[in-house]
Amino acid sequence: MAMAIRFTLLLLLFLSSAIVSFSLYEDQVGLMDWHQRYIGKVKHAVFHTQKTGRKRVIVSTEENVVASLDLRHGEIFWRHVLGTNDAIDGVDIALGKYVITLSSEGSALRAWNLPDGQMVWETSLHGAQHSKSLLSVPTNLKVDKAYPILVFGGGYLHAVSAIDGEVLWKKDFTAEGFEVQRVLQPPGSSIIYVLGFVNSSEAVVYQIDSKSGEVVAQKNMAFPAGFSGEISSVSSDKVVVLDSTRSILVTIGFLDGDISFQKTSISDLVEDSGKAEILSPLLSNMLAVKVNKRTIFVRVGGEGKLEVVDSLSDETAMSDSLPVADDQVAFASVHHEGSKIHLMVKLVDDLDTVLLRESIQMDQHRGRVHKVFINNYIRTDRSNGFRALIVMEDHSLLLLQQGAIVWSREEGLASVTDVTTAELPVEKDGVSVAKVEHTLFDWLKGHMLKLKGTLLLASPEDVAAIQEMRMKSSGRNKLTRDHNGFRKLFIALTRAGKLFALHTGDGRIVWSMLLNSPSKSETCERPSGISLYQWQVPHHHAMDENPSVLVVGRCGSDSSAPGVLSFVDVYTGKEISSSDMGHSVVQVMPLPFTDSTEQRLHLIADTNGHVHLYPKTSEALSIFQHEFQNVYWYTVEADEGIIRGHAMKSSCSSETADEYCFTTRELWTVVFPSESEKVISTLTRKPNEVVHTQAKVNTDQDLLYKYVSRNLLFVATVSPKGAGEIGSATPEESTLVVYLIDTITGRILHRLSHQGCQGPVHAVFSENWVVYHYFNLRAHKYEVTVVEIYDQSRAENKNVWKLVLGKHNLTAPISSYSRPEVFTKSQSYFFAQSVKTIAVTSTAKGITSKQLLIGTIGDQILALDKRFVDPRRTLNPSQAEKEEGIIPLTDSLPIIPQSYITHSLKVEGLRGIVTAPAKLESTTHVFAYGVDLFYTRLAPSKTYDSLTDDFSYALLLITIVALVAAIYITWVLSEKKELSEKWR
Amino acid sequence: MDKGKAVMGTGRRWAVDFSDQSTVPSSRDILDPPGFSRASPEQDDSATSRQKKDAEANWKLQKAWEVAQSPFKNLMMMGFMMWMAGNTVHLFSIGITFSALWQPISALQSVGKIFEPFKDNKVELLMPKLLFLALNLGGLALGIWKLNTLGLLPTHASDWVSSLPPPQEVEHSGGGFVFH
Repeated sequence: MAMAIRFTLLLLLFLSSAIVSFSLYEDQVGLMDWHQRYIGKVKHAVFHTQKTGRKRVIVSTEENVVASLDLRHGEIFWRHVLGTNDAIDGVDIALGKYVITLSSEGSALRAWNLPDGQMVWETSLHGAQHSKSLLSVPTNLKVDKAYPILVFGGGYLHAVSAIDGEVLWKKDFTAEGFEVQRVLQPPGSSIIYVLGFVNSSEAVVYQIDSKSGEVVAQKNMAFPAGFSGEISSVSSDKVVVLDSTRSILVTIGFLDGDISFQKTSISDLVEDSGKAEILSPLLSNMLAVKVNKRTIFVRVGGEGKLEVVDSLSDETAMSDSLPVADDQVAFASVHHEGSKIHLMVKLVDDLDTVLLRESIQMDQHRGRVHKVFINNYIRTDRSNGFRALIVMEDHSLLLLQQGAIVWSREEGLASVTDVTTAELPVEKDGVSVAKVEHTLFDWLKGHMLKLKGTLLLASPEDVAAIQEMRMKSSGRNKLTRDHNGFRKLFIALTRAGKLFALHTGDGRIVWSMLLNSPSKSETCERPSGISLYQWQVPHHHAMDENPSVLVVGRCGSDSSAPGVLSFVDVYTGKEISSSDMGHSVVQVMPLPFTDSTEQRLHLIADTNGHVHLYPKTSEALSIFQHEFQNVYWYTVEADEGIIRGHAMKSSCSSETADEYCFTTRELWTVVFPSESEKVISTLTRKPNEVVHTQAKVNTDQDLLYKYVSRNLLFVATVSPKGAGEIGSATPEESTLVVYLIDTITGRILHRLSHQGCQGPVHAVFSENWVVYHYFNLRAHKYEVTVVEIYDQSRAENKNVWKLVLGKHNLTAPISSYSRPEVFTKSQSYFFAQSVKTIAVTSTAKGITSKQLLIGTIGDQILALDKRFVDPRRTLNPSQAEKEEGIIPLTDSLPIIPQSYITHSLKVEGLRGIVTAPAKLESTTHVFAYGVDLFYTRLAPSKTYDSLTDDFSYALLLITIVALVAAIYITWVLSEKKELSEKWR
Repeated sequence: MDKGKAVMGTGRRWAVDFSDQSTVPSSRDILDPPGFSRASPEQDDSATSRQKKDAEANWKLQKAWEVAQSPFKNLMMMGFMMWMAGNTVHLFSIGITFSALWQPISALQSVGKIFEPFKDNKVELLMPKLLFLALNLGGLALGIWKLNTLGLLPTHASDWVSSLPPPQEVEHSGGGFVFH
C-alpha cells in the first residue's frame, strides 16, 4: 500500500515538473542571484547611543539615502532612498525618537521613527526662491507642548512642530533677500537669534519670539567688503566669516542683538598667507581655517580676538566638536602617515591634552580620509572612550574603535558609473574534479539528500542541509573559469574613481583599486574615471597574457582637461601601466581590430577634432593605416541639435610630431531645426553583440533579410516645449520624432513621428530592432514602440538552387555607400509602468530568443519576451502564426508578476542594467546597479542545453540500476522457464 | 546459457527418429490406412504432373500479383493516417511519417526475399516485381511529400539562408555624445 502511495507521489511529482514554470521557487532565491544593499557616500551622521539597547548611527548620503546603521556590525537597520531630485540638506534627531530630514532645498521636511524607520509625518514647505537651506533642531525649546524645529528654505523661516509636523508659524524673508546663516538659541530663553546676510554685504540679526514668530528686534550692519564662503559659529553669540577677498577673517558678535564686526587679517595670523577657506567642523570658541595647504586652528577670544593655537598638515580631516564630561569639548582629527592613519581626539580648550591617540593600518586603495564623525561612550572604568566613523576618499565608511577597524562598508559601489565583464583565469592542472566534489561517498550522500528532498521525505534538517549544499555546490565561488562560463568578474568603475571586481558567484569583491594619476600633479592627484573598456581579451593565440581593462579618466571636470589612461590587470587587480595622454578626451571609440597580443585598438578624440590611436605601437599603426579609409566617427551635439560625421584625413604630423595622431574632415551633418526638435536620446547597438542569422523567416517560409548594421544610430527628438517634465506640454505642443541614421553616410534610413508624445525616451537597440518607451500625452499612458528594419535589396535572394550551390552574395562584405534599400515594420503598445532603463539579454551565439529587461520605476527589473514586441502581431493570428508563437495583438503589454527577475527585491535607485553572455548559449548574466547591486543569471528560452541544477542524478542512477537488475532477474526467470518447458 | 546447451547437446545418449522416409509398407509394423497410397508424385504419369505444375505456376503467379498489389492497401491506409495526422510537427505526425518512409524502404530492400517463394522457371515475376516497386516508391514519395508538408525538408530559401552569418561591414564608425 505504502509502495503504491509513493509511486503515485512520484508520478504526481513527475507530472508537475513537466509543467513549464517561468518564475523561480522560494527555495531557489539566492542560488543564482545576489543582492547587495548600499547607502552611498555619507554626508551627515548623527549618533544615537544614549539609551541602552541598540546603538545606532543615522546617516544621510550623497545618493539621497537616509539610513540607520547598527554601530556594532555596520548593518542597515532601515533605509529610505529619496528620489534623485530630493537631495538631503540636513538630518537630525528630535525628541529622541524621530529622525528629521530636510530635503529638496528645504522644501520637504520628514520625520521617521527612529527604531523602525517608518515615516511619522511629512510636511512640504513651499519656498518662493532658491536658497540654501538650513535645519535646526533646538534641544530644549518648548512652545505650548510643541517642540519646534526651525527650517529655513526658499526664503522662508518655518517653525514646525516636531510632534506632528504642523507648521507653527512662518516668517517671510523673501522681500529682503535675506539668507539665514545661523539660528542660535540661548539656553533658557524663548527668543531665538537668526543671523543672516543680505546680498552678502550686510549682516542682519533678527530676534524672533519662538512662540509666535514675531520679530522682537532687528539689527543690521553693512559690511561693504562683502562676505564669502562658509560661516563658522564659534559660540552662542559669535560667528566668524571670511570677506570676499578671502584674506580677512571677520568676527561677528551679536550679543543682545547688537552687531559688532572685528576684522583680523590672515596675514597677521600666519606668515605666508594666501586665499583662506573656513573648514566646516563646528568647534566651540575655535575655528579651523585652511590656508596654503595647512590647517590652522584659531581660537576666538572673549573680545573677538583671534590667535593661532595650532597648525596641521593639509591631509587632516576633522570632526565637529563633541561635549565630553566636565563641560569639556573634544574633537577628533585624522591624518595620514605612510600606510597608517592616526586618529587623535583632543580637547578644544587645551590642544595639548590628547584624550585618545590611535594608529590604524589602512588599505592604500581607500585613499584619504574625507570626513570624521566621533561619538563618545563611558568605559567600565568611567573614562571616556571614543568611536570614530570615517568616510574615505573611495566613499567607503569605516568605524574605528579601540585602535581597530570594527567594520567597513564599501559605499563606493552605490555610485557605479560604468561596468564591463572579464573572464577568470583558467583552472590550472592538478586541480581535479574529485577534489572539488570531495569524495564519491560525499557525492552520493548529497544526491541521496537531494532525492529525499525531491520525494518530499526530507526532514527540516535535511532541507537545511540541502540548501547549504546547493549554496556550496558547483563551486560557484571559485576563482577559476568554469565550463559553462557562469563564473565571471564584473568590473565596476565608481564615481570616486575606484575599480571593483565583483565575482558573479556571490558578489564578493575580488579586488579593488583606486585610480592614481601617473603625474601626481597638484591639479590632478586623483583623476575622475569616465569610462571603462575591455583592452585585452586573450582567447586564441595570446593565452599567456592576462586580460586587462582600460580606464579612461580625466584630470578635472572640464571637458578640455587632459585625459589619463590606466591599464589594469583583471586577474590581479594591479595597474599595469598608466599614462598622461597629453590631450583632452571627448570620445573613446573601440575599433573592431586587435593586434597580435589581442589588444584592442582604440581611437580617442580630443576637443580639437583630432583622433589619437592607442596602443601606441607600430603594429597597431600599420593595422590602422590599412583600414584608414574605412574608419569614421560622429558626434552628437545635443545642445545645438547637430549630428556630425567625420572621416579620417591624414596624420597630423605637420602640427605635432605625434605619428599616432590623425586629423579628420567633416563629411556630413544632420541639423535638427532648433525651433521644433531637440535631441533627447541617442543609441547604437552594443559593439560586441553577436547576431546568429541575417534572415527572418515568416510563417509561409517567406524570407525577410534583417538590416544588421553596427553603423546605425537611433535618435529621438522632441519639441522644445515637450522637453520638460511629463505634463508640462499639451498634446498639440509636443511631438516626438525618432530617426534611424546611418553614421557612415549620414543618410536617414527611417523617420517616425509620434504626435502628442513626449519623453523621456528609454530605448534599447539590438540586431535589427529598436524598442523605445515614451509618454503619450493624448492617451495619458506610457507607450512602447518597436521598429524593425529590413533590407529590401537582398530580398531577391530566394532561389533555393542558387543558395544550395552557394551562388549568392549574402555573406559578401557590404558598404553603406551601396545605399541599401530598407523598409521598416513597427507597432506600438501601451505600457502600464514608468521606466528607468531598458536592456536586452545577450547570449554567446545570439541563437537564444531575447528578453527585454525593463527597469521599472519601482526599482525592479521586469523580463519581457521580445515576442510581445513583435510588429507581426495581429488581432487574429492564423493557425500557422500561432504555431510559430505569434501572440494575438493586445493594446497593452502584459506585466506578469512572476517575470520580475528581481522577485521580491528592489534595486534601489536603479540606474543601469548590464547583460553579458555566458559560454552556455542559453544563459546570460544580468547585472543591475543603482544604490544597490543585483546580479542574476537568466535563460530566456529556459536552459535547453543543460540539465538543471536540481536534476536528480541519484534518481537516474537508481533507475538504471533497477532496470539492469530487472533485466537480469527476468532473464534468469525466463531461462528457468524455458528449461522446465523443455523438460516437460 | 552454455550450461543448458551442454546438457542438451553432449548429454544425449539415445534418440528416436520419428521421420520414417521409407515407402515400403513391409518395412513398417503398422499397415497403411485404407485408401492411403504411398505413391510418390514422381510415380505419376507425365501429363498429370505437367498439368499440376501449370496449375501451381498459375497459382504462384496469382499469389505474386497479390503480393505485388499488397502495398496499395498499405498506401491507402498510410494516406488516411497522414490526413488524420495533420500538418503540424508533433509526436504522432512524426511517427506516422517516419513509418511511412520506413515501410517502403524496408520493402524495397527485401523485394527479392518477398518474391522468393514464387520463384519458378515458368513464372514471369518481373511485372509483379515492377508493380511492387512502383507502389512502394509511391509510398516513399508520399512519405517524403508528407515530410515536406511538415516542413522538415530543406526546400525553402529560408532553410539555406538561416545558417548564413550576417555580412561583414566595410566601414566602421563610432562616437556619440561628447563626454561631459
